Amino acid sequence: MTPAGAAGTGRGEAGRQPPAGAPGTERGEAGRQPPAGFGVEELVVAYHGRTAVAGVTLEVARGGVTGVVGGDGAGKTTVLRALAGAVRPASGRVRRPPARRIGYVSAGPGVYRDLTVDENLAFAGAAYGLRGRALAERAGRLLDRTGLAAARDRLGGQLSGGMRQKLALAMAMLHEPELLVLDEPTTGVDPVSRAELWRLVAHAAAAGAAVVVATTYLDEAERTGWVLVLDQGRPLVAGTPEAIVDGIPGAVLDASARPDRGAAWRRGTRWRVWSPDGSATPGTSVVAHDLEDAVVVAALAARARAAREKEAAA
Amino acid sequence: MLAMAIKEFRQLRRDHRTLAMLIVMPLVLLTVFGYAASFDVTSVKTVVVGPQAEAVAARLPGALEVVAVRPADGRAEATRELREGRAAVALVTGGDQVTALVDGADLFAARAAVQALTQRPVAEPGAAGPRVVPEVLFNPDLRTPVIMVPGLVGIILAFVGTLATALGVVRERQGGTLEQLAVMPFRPRDVFLGKVLPYFGVAIVDLTVVVVAGLLLFDVPFRGSVLVFALGALLFLFVTLGLGVLISTVSENQGQAIQLALMTLLPQVLLSGLIFPLHAMAAGVRWIGYLLPLTYFIQISRSVMIRGASLSALAVPLLALAGLGLAVFALSVVRFRRDLAPAGREPEPQPEPAAEAVPTAARGSR
Repeated sequence: MTPAGAAGTGRGEAGRQPPAGAPGTERGEAGRQPPAGFGVEELVVAYHGRTAVAGVTLEVARGGVTGVVGGDGAGKTTVLRALAGAVRPASGRVRRPPARRIGYVSAGPGVYRDLTVDENLAFAGAAYGLRGRALAERAGRLLDRTGLAAARDRLGGQLSGGMRQKLALAMAMLHEPELLVLDEPTTGVDPVSRAELWRLVAHAAAAGAAVVVATTYLDEAERTGWVLVLDQGRPLVAGTPEAIVDGIPGAVLDASARPDRGAAWRRGTRWRVWSPDGSATPGTSVVAHDLEDAVVVAALAARARAAREKEAAA
Repeated sequence: MLAMAIKEFRQLRRDHRTLAMLIVMPLVLLTVFGYAASFDVTSVKTVVVGPQAEAVAARLPGALEVVAVRPADGRAEATRELREGRAAVALVTGGDQVTALVDGADLFAARAAVQALTQRPVAEPGAAGPRVVPEVLFNPDLRTPVIMVPGLVGIILAFVGTLATALGVVRERQGGTLEQLAVMPFRPRDVFLGKVLPYFGVAIVDLTVVVVAGLLLFDVPFRGSVLVFALGALLFLFVTLGLGVLISTVSENQGQAIQLALMTLLPQVLLSGLIFPLHAMAAGVRWIGYLLPLTYFIQISRSVMIRGASLSALAVPLLALAGLGLAVFALSVVRFRRDLAPAGREPEPQPEPAAEAVPTAARGSR
C-alpha cells in the first residue's frame, strides 16, 4: 500500500507513518537556536520495559511557545510528562524548574468534577502556596480572561469540554509558573474556545514563561516558535515552522485527482503529491506547501530512506 | 449468549487479581477460618491467692492453667489481676470456701472456667476441702452484648473507614487528577495525611455515635477511662483509614479497591477475637490475628469498657496499633512516591538558578 492510501484525511498524518529510521534524522536544524530555557536531551522513557520515546531532544525557550506535534502514540504525552516530572526517564537529561514553578495540564485535564470552578482554583492555588487576596486576585483575573467568571459556582463535571480545558489551563497558570507544560489543551475543543485558549497561552509566554504545547493541530503548531515532530517515539524533524517548511527535500505538487504514481495525500478537495526531485509531472503543478504538507513529506522521506537502508543491508 | 460468555471469559482472564481470588481464595478461606472457628477454650489463665493457694493450685482441673500462685495476696490483688487482663480466673483461698473470681469480659473463657469448676469440685469427694463458689466479675450474667458491642464498634469503624478511604486514590487515578498531583509540589506524606484527615473527623463522629448508642441500647457498661479508650480508638482509626489509602494506592480501579478492602475486612471479622476467642484458635492461624488492627482495638475496648483496665495494662495493644499505623503510613508513602514523585523531587527550597540539570542516572530513589 502506498502512503497515499493511508493519507486520506490530510490532517495530522505524520504520526501514523511507519518508523522513521535512524533517530534524529531529517532535523531542520537550519532554523534559529532557541535561547536556553528548559528541556530534555537524548530522552529515553520506557513503560513496563517497552520504549515509549527514544533519542528525543527538545529545548523549551523562555518567553516563547514550543510545539510538540505527532499523531496518536507518537510520544508527545511521554515527552511532556518527562519534562513536567510525572515520569522518570530511563536515560537522558531533563532540565526543569522545581515543581513549585511548573504548571501542567495533563492529557485528561486534571479538573475535579465534583468541585466547583472556584473550588478547583482554590485547590490549585493552595497547592502552590497561594491563598487569600493574592489567590482571589489572580483567580478573578483568569476567570475573566477565560470567560469562566459566570460559571464560578458550577461543578467541574458540568462544564463543557472547552470550558473544562480553560479551567485546567487557568489552574496551571494560577501560580505564574516559569515552565508551562500543556498536553493537547485544545483537542476536542470548538474553534472559538481554541482561539481563547491560545490567547491565554500566548499571554503566559509574553509574560516570560517557557511554554510547551502538544497538539495534533498543525495550524496551531505553525504559530509556535519551535516545533518538534515526533513519529513513533522518535524525533522526525525539528525547527522553526518556517525552517521545517523550507527544509523539505524536493517539492509538493498539487493535483485535481489522485495521481497514479507517487505518495499522495488529500487536502480539502485537492490532492498533494510529493516529488522528491522537485519536478512536476503532467497534470500537476508545484504549490506553496505549509507545515502540514512538510510534516507528511518528512514522514515519507524518512520511510523512503529506511527502505533504501534496508535494501542496502540486504 | 456464547459471544457474551466468551467476551466475559476473556476479560476475566485479563484481571489476574479477580481470577486469583476466585480460585485460590476459597481454599485459603476454608483452611484459615476452619482452624479459627472454635468457641472451645481449653486453657484458662488462672492465679491462685490466699493462705491455701499452694494446696488449691495443685488440685485444679486441667482447663485452668495456673500462671501464678501468691499466698500473700488477697481478694483485692486478685481482682486487679483480672481487671488488668493478666488472668481470666482468680481463686481466692482462705476461710471455709474458695471464691473463684471469673472475668466476665472474656465470655468463652469464663464459661469454660465456670463449667470446669462446677463439674469437678476442687476438693476430692470425701476429702475435707473447701467448697468452690464461682463469682463472675464485670459481666455477672455473662451477657453476650456486653462483650460484642465493644467489638462491633471496632468492626463497624473498620468497614466504614477502610472502604471510605480505599476509593480516595483510585478516584484520582481514574479521574486523571493523579497525574496533576504528581506534578504539584506535594510531598507523599502530605498527600497521605491530607487524604486521611477529613475521614478522621467523620470517623470520630461515627465512633462517638456508635459507642453512645451501644451503651444506651444494649446496657453495656463503660467502667474505664474515656481518655484511654479515645487513645486506642484514634490509633485504630489511623491504621484503618491508612489501610484504605494503602489499598487505594495499589489498586487500578474502584472495583479492585473494594475487593481488596473486603479481603482485609473478612479476616478481621473472623480472626480478631470478635467472634471466636483468639486463644481457642490453632496457633498457625492465631498469628494472623495478631497482624490485624481490630484484634488490638477489641482488646482495648473490651478491657476499658467492661473491666476498666488502666493505661499501663494496655501498653501492648496500644503499641501494636502504633506500630501498625507506622507500617501502613510508611508503605503508603513508598507507594505514593512511585505515583507522585516518579521523576524524583529536587530538595526544597532551591536556590536560583531554578533549572535542575541532574543526570538522571545520578538521581537517587527520591
